[in-house]
Amino acid sequence: MEEKPQIGYSKKVMDHFLNPRNVGEVEDADGIGIVGNPVCGDLMQVSIRVEDEIITEIKFKTFGCGSAIATASMVTELAEGKSLDEALEITRQDVADELEGLPPIKMHCSNLAADALHKAIEDYRQKQAKKAES
Amino acid sequence: MVYLDHASSRPVDPRVLVVAGRYLREDFGNPSTLYSRGLTARTALEEARVKVARLIGAETPSCIVFTATATEANNLALVGGALRNRKMGTHVVTSAIDHISVINPMKQLQKQGFELSIAPVNSYGIIDLDALGRIVRADTVLSSINYANDEIGTIEPIHEISEIVHENGNYLHVNATAAAGTIPIDVQAEGIDLLTLSSNELYGPRGAAALYIKKGVRLQPVLPGGGQERGLRSGTENIFSVAAMGEAARLAAEEMHHESRRLTALRDALIREILAIEDAYLTGHPAQRLPNHASFRFGRIEGESILLNLDTVHDIQVATGSACTSQTLEPSHVLLAIGLKHEEAHGSVVMTLGRSNTDADIPVVVDAVEKTVQRLRAITAL
Repeated sequence: MEEKPQIGYSKKVMDHFLNPRNVGEVEDADGIGIVGNPVCGDLMQVSIRVEDEIITEIKFKTFGCGSAIATASMVTELAEGKSLDEALEITRQDVADELEGLPPIKMHCSNLAADALHKAIEDYRQKQAKKAES
Repeated sequence: MVYLDHASSRPVDPRVLVVAGRYLREDFGNPSTLYSRGLTARTALEEARVKVARLIGAETPSCIVFTATATEANNLALVGGALRNRKMGTHVVTSAIDHISVINPMKQLQKQGFELSIAPVNSYGIIDLDALGRIVRADTVLSSINYANDEIGTIEPIHEISEIVHENGNYLHVNATAAAGTIPIDVQAEGIDLLTLSSNELYGPRGAAALYIKKGVRLQPVLPGGGQERGLRSGTENIFSVAAMGEAARLAAEEMHHESRRLTALRDALIREILAIEDAYLTGHPAQRLPNHASFRFGRIEGESILLNLDTVHDIQVATGSACTSQTLEPSHVLLAIGLKHEEAHGSVVMTLGRSNTDADIPVVVDAVEKTVQRLRAITAL
């Protein structure tokens, strides 16, 4: 079959861009991850609530382009209800695949959501370690 | 639907389409042939030359050479002009906000041994005339400055620029693609040696553009071939596009005064209302700007998101200079040249009005922009 070139964003990207899931900030979050840089046009924050090693609540905030918003929204959907170890397995490629692909140029610059999630988990674990110490 | 991206593409005026259709269907002859169908085409070509010459105040129609695109006209003027007149010097000048189709031919000249200087602009995008005066020198063979900038709308003081360029240097090329047909241009009164204009910006079809070449200015062809257009642009003439461009130029000349007054009122209303939104700023000059041009930046949100939201939710088409829509992921060089930081340039939105826009569009657009900004600010991490 002839491969159809994808023009612009996929329907799934547009859906998450127009109706982003889990926007905002988890109140008294257990872990927060911030990645990106406004100079590059992307700044993403993911905050999580963790109960018994499970992500029970996850929210995001993003300054960025359409795919930055869509990937952040998607990663919250993928991670919600997962264990921390499972969530750490979520890759940038997984996010892109779930969104039915991203334009090649967007794969690196605005596909930061998985990184922000991983950072939030790291942040949670560091906080837990500190608690254990004291 | 409200279309606000006339800087990037315009619909063909229905009156122009009639002319284009005639030369596509009936009078399709090759103007280089001697039978009547060819002579009809030749007549159309020369009539178009007259109409384009009139629009910009050229001394004679023979000063107009038709090309396929404005990019090609810029290349003919710059590469053809610099190479042909190399004896005058090997220094060339453009501005920090000129179009990529001027900057890249200039860079090509650099590779061929020319020295390139870039004139800076102030925060409104007006050429720094003192700096230009220091840059242009006796061996400056060509200086190229845009008449008006398509991203920020600022109109340059071309007459003053011409005086500076001619005081020490040689030829002035003006890329008037964004300005021609929208504001009056008089190449003779303003002291312009070479000027580029494009058919589509006049509501003509793509496939035609023109270079004005002042009498006495010599160029080297960049496209050798059968010697059409006085040997300066070979290739069988694209009669339907050229004839249509001529008609578009005639209509623009006739309607410009009325139309630019109408668009200025729409533009000013749009700017006034949008600047009332929190953390919204105008880019470009507030008064010395194209009648159809309103450009902004919004703090804390990104231009591609704004563009997508306006299109998919509100059916309004705009442009942005944000890095996120460019192939290089670099913000527009124009926005950086007027002093915006990278994160500020990301919030750029450019609205260019045209013949189809009416008073009724303004509240629709303002409401949609307000909602879009509100929605994206609710998501933003800044």
